[in-house]
Amino acid sequence: MSFTDREFWTVIHGMGFGAIFLLAFAGGLAGLWSFRPEYVTIAGLHERLRRLLAGTWIMAIVAWLTVISGTYKAYPWYRANPPEGADLSDFPRSRLLADETTAAWHHFGMEWKEHVAWLAPILATAVAFVVMRYGLALAEQPAVRRACMVLFVLSFVAAAIAGVFGAFITKTVPIL
Amino acid sequence: MNTRQESITTGPASAAFVAAGIGCAVLGLFTTLAEASTGIKDFLNWWDPGGPLTGKTGMAVIIWLIAWIVLHQAWRNKSVDFGRAFTITLVLIGLGAIGTFPTFFQLFAH
Repeated sequence: MSFTDREFWTVIHGMGFGAIFLLAFAGGLAGLWSFRPEYVTIAGLHERLRRLLAGTWIMAIVAWLTVISGTYKAYPWYRANPPEGADLSDFPRSRLLADETTAAWHHFGMEWKEHVAWLAPILATAVAFVVMRYGLALAEQPAVRRACMVLFVLSFVAAAIAGVFGAFITKTVPIL
Repeated sequence: MNTRQESITTGPASAAFVAAGIGCAVLGLFTTLAEASTGIKDFLNWWDPGGPLTGKTGMAVIIWLIAWIVLHQAWRNKSVDFGRAFTITLVLIGLGAIGTFPTFFQLFAH
């Protein structure tokens, strides 16, 4: 069992960072939801703040690692132009476009994924910063806390769209 | 990090969220502009292997960070109308989502 260099990076990009992102999102969202004085004691808020900071910052950092590894490692391999007469199985984009039954995976799937993904780290970083900046005071600012949850979920949705299409496209035209 | 329960204005949160919205909107804008104009598409080709995506996302990140710095400096000690700021944020994110949706930006393909 072994991976090529390219397979390794696409696994790291999609499955490695994706799994950590999902876990951080789940923990961060639960932490934001329950970060209220009516739900927990002062001691509880102190304890939950540490996890909330970890969850939101891990999600933000992993989101950046995901889009950077995608754009600067996997994407160039995906979009490389094949030389004349080359085997298109080594050139995913060209292979998708060569067949009208698969072209939409690129025109819609990849085109959406490669752009929308970048919304995720921007939104996640804003949330992580606000959690850090406000700290315990976030429990006394319900509007800000709710806004954090909304942006946190939107960040997840952006990443989920990218992840789903990435998985489908990799299934159709894997980067070998 | 604020670990004490103290009064804190809505300025820093408003700045962070509005700036994030600006970053999203800029990404949508440049994605659409790159489709509409060969010149802009070429300008955004910051790194050949990655193509114009590198410039679109690069511009979005740069403008996001600049907007954040400016807004944070302006609002950090102020109680900004958070509801209004967040509404603006959501509108900007919406514009970014539309601008990065292929069915939309491909309408402008030249």
